[in-house]
Amino acid sequence: MIEVEGLSFDIRGVPILKSADLRLEPGKITALIGPNGAGKSTLTRLIARIEPPPKGRVRVNGLDVATTLSDRLAREMAFLGQQTYLASRLRVRELVAFGRWPHCHGRPGPADRAAVDQALTDFDLETLADRFVETLSGGQAQRAHLAMAVTQQTPWLILDEPLNNLDLAHARALMAHLARLRDAGGSVLIVLHDLNFAAGWADHIVAMKDGAIVAEGPVEEVVTTARLSDLYETPISVSAHQGRPLVLHHI
Amino acid sequence: MAVVLIALAGASLGVGAARLQAGDPMSALVLSVSRIPRMLAAVLTGAALAVAGVVMQQIVRNRFVEPATAGSPEAAAAGLLAVTLIAPHAPLWVKMVVAAASALAGAALFVVLIRRLPPHEIFLVPLAGLVLSGVVGAGVTFIAWQADLMQYVSIWMLSGEFSGVIAGRYELLWIGGAAAALAWVAADRFAILGLGPDAATALGLSPRAVIRFGLLVVALVTAMVVVSVGMIPFVGLIVPNLVSRMMGDNLRASLPVVALSGAILVLASDLVGRLIIYPYEVPAGIILGVFGAAAFLGLLWRGDRHVH
Amino acid sequence: MVAALVVFLAMLWLFQGLGEGNWRFVLALRATKLASLALVAASVGVATVLFQTVAQNRILTPAIMGFDALYLLIQSLAVTGLGTIGFASLPTGAKFLLEAMLLTGVSVALFGALLGRASAETIGRTILTGMILGVMFRSGAVLLGRLLDPNEYAIVQQASFANFSRPAGGTLGWAALLALPALAVSHWLGPQLDVLGLGRDRAISLGSAHRRMVIGVLALVAVLTAVSTALVGPVAFFGLIVAGLAHALLPGARHRALLAGAALLAMALLISGQWAFERVLGLRATLSVVIEFAGGLFFLVLLLRGRVR
Repeated sequence: MIEVEGLSFDIRGVPILKSADLRLEPGKITALIGPNGAGKSTLTRLIARIEPPPKGRVRVNGLDVATTLSDRLAREMAFLGQQTYLASRLRVRELVAFGRWPHCHGRPGPADRAAVDQALTDFDLETLADRFVETLSGGQAQRAHLAMAVTQQTPWLILDEPLNNLDLAHARALMAHLARLRDAGGSVLIVLHDLNFAAGWADHIVAMKDGAIVAEGPVEEVVTTARLSDLYETPISVSAHQGRPLVLHHI
Repeated sequence: MAVVLIALAGASLGVGAARLQAGDPMSALVLSVSRIPRMLAAVLTGAALAVAGVVMQQIVRNRFVEPATAGSPEAAAAGLLAVTLIAPHAPLWVKMVVAAASALAGAALFVVLIRRLPPHEIFLVPLAGLVLSGVVGAGVTFIAWQADLMQYVSIWMLSGEFSGVIAGRYELLWIGGAAAALAWVAADRFAILGLGPDAATALGLSPRAVIRFGLLVVALVTAMVVVSVGMIPFVGLIVPNLVSRMMGDNLRASLPVVALSGAILVLASDLVGRLIIYPYEVPAGIILGVFGAAAFLGLLWRGDRHVH
Repeated sequence: MVAALVVFLAMLWLFQGLGEGNWRFVLALRATKLASLALVAASVGVATVLFQTVAQNRILTPAIMGFDALYLLIQSLAVTGLGTIGFASLPTGAKFLLEAMLLTGVSVALFGALLGRASAETIGRTILTGMILGVMFRSGAVLLGRLLDPNEYAIVQQASFANFSRPAGGTLGWAALLALPALAVSHWLGPQLDVLGLGRDRAISLGSAHRRMVIGVLALVAVLTAVSTALVGPVAFFGLIVAGLAHALLPGARHRALLAGAALLAMALLISGQWAFERVLGLRATLSVVIEFAGGLFFLVLLLRGRVR
């Protein structure tokens, strides 16, 4: 359970987040959608305690992120932000292995190694494992970073626009992987720009605009023609395809 | 590599104005008072400076930085100068503590400064460091000039050399060596820091704490080197870059190699400096300034792809 | 206005505290020194502005890129390499001209290649290369000095700081012979420099012979740097302050105004600074250290304000 109460944040007096309240149930894929500048990234960064403690309160599985040790939180949630620029020269396997740090603190055991190998397999990285990350394409590097976050094996996985740079096949594979994690009892909070990925894979949608949460609910409730057209202030039409909403914008 | 180091160390023991003879008590004295301390000083300096370079680079996430080009030695010299002026008869440990504290302040100032630079302009960071060095160095030079202490200051800041090393006057370098060893204990933390503050936080690390620890290592190493032999440029820049190119930045594996290579480089430079106009000497720092700079330029212009 | 200030300062320099005694001698001495300072100031100011235009960057100066250190290195190299054929015994003027020519050749080849290859994304590497070359040339000059005379410790200092108090008098005439035409050519090139300042691509599309211009300007920079280094030694951040001030005081100015402004500002700063140092404060340290300090701070401010691109 992630509980957000009265969360506000501003950068040099410009409000980015205006007293947001939110409760996210575990065992679901929750997609965070909304136009640019809505505050989606800020919300995820505050939940993942990347930004310093703000006004308001965030609890993850009952732990207050402002007061709990960062190391303890790293075993509750993993976070992957949009900025994945890597100044270090690391091989893919080394990068992914750092995901085990909260569990082994630099002394990996067999379980840690197995988790790394599993993540390399899951993200189609076996053949790239000994390459330096800087030599990879954007999409390959993104997969390496995703594998690192997943290797952390936390109850919550928080991803900010993880589909950046991924081709359709790998984007689909990522969503399928997240669905498997969910089926195994995991919980995911994911910022998505492609509304069809949100409509097709998420269980729950949170829509944000201008620093506030404007709609929240099951996919069918939020992904509607009226709601989305209003949210993005542009004509959007929602139809249905195989029981899921389908978002069209070429109308 | 260890073999190279041992060979160089042996050569270092053998080279000098006084000729050594087995069984000669005079030779034994030269060895224990002058040659062995000198060899150890070069090894410790090289290893510690190279490791401090890695630590600095992880802290600021920029390959083109080292303590020597970020104002730390100048700051340490400022501290030393202050002690020399205010309390000329202060014991060595006081000077050492003041030098370390001011080196820490200098390194911290650099880190604060570059935080305000645009993040992806990676070449502005070393530039800011060089200019900061220049400013602090000019301040120190001005005061030293007025106080007629230029002789000391130019050794502290400009060119380290090992000719003055004898037993009893280099042991502080062991503290620098110990700081470098501590950095190896925390190697994984520095490696994670290099992934960026966001990733480090997400993994449960406090970037601030790691940065503080790293600055402490950098300051200790810099201060001990400046106090004992004077600053040696480029070791902290060239060695980490070369090693990173060969084996990446997985620091737990690479730091020992970095330390070893640094020791080899400085020992070799000292040796060249002692032989090139034998029996006179050229400071190791000057030798490095010429050949080290040339090597670094080669590095910089070779594999274009690796330099983002 | 700056010009008037310079004239006033020059008068102050010449006549302040002039005693009854052998005023003729004192005046001649002061005039020589004034001429040296003015020449150095104009050379540094103009060279820096020229270089920044070519490099498309407001933080680079010939001094940061190691031009002056290269000159010192060439000086030592010339003594070492040509010593056997009586280089050292050449008259001062011929020696200086030869050294200046060598510097021009080497720096045009080196920096021409460097700047010729620089594109938008490699400009940073160019900067770093220049700075490291600076360190390398400086160390090289010291190394050669030590090789020539192992007991000479002052070489390090000579290679590091300018000395405005004792300009080398003998070279003054020869320096002026080189510097004045170079300054005139720079002025004449003004409109072309404006085009060059738009950037390589646009300069070419406007019909500028870009490559030839870059090389020509670099040659001018080399000559002017040789002049100032020969007279007083390396000046570190002085050019940076002057060029920065000129750009700040004359925003958007054409190069003719900019070059003249930089030269006059440099003269005003140098003459007043040296006057204050010598006559008022009686300090022992050299002005160049203060310039380095103030110039460095100014540079950092520029950097942090994001004015440096």
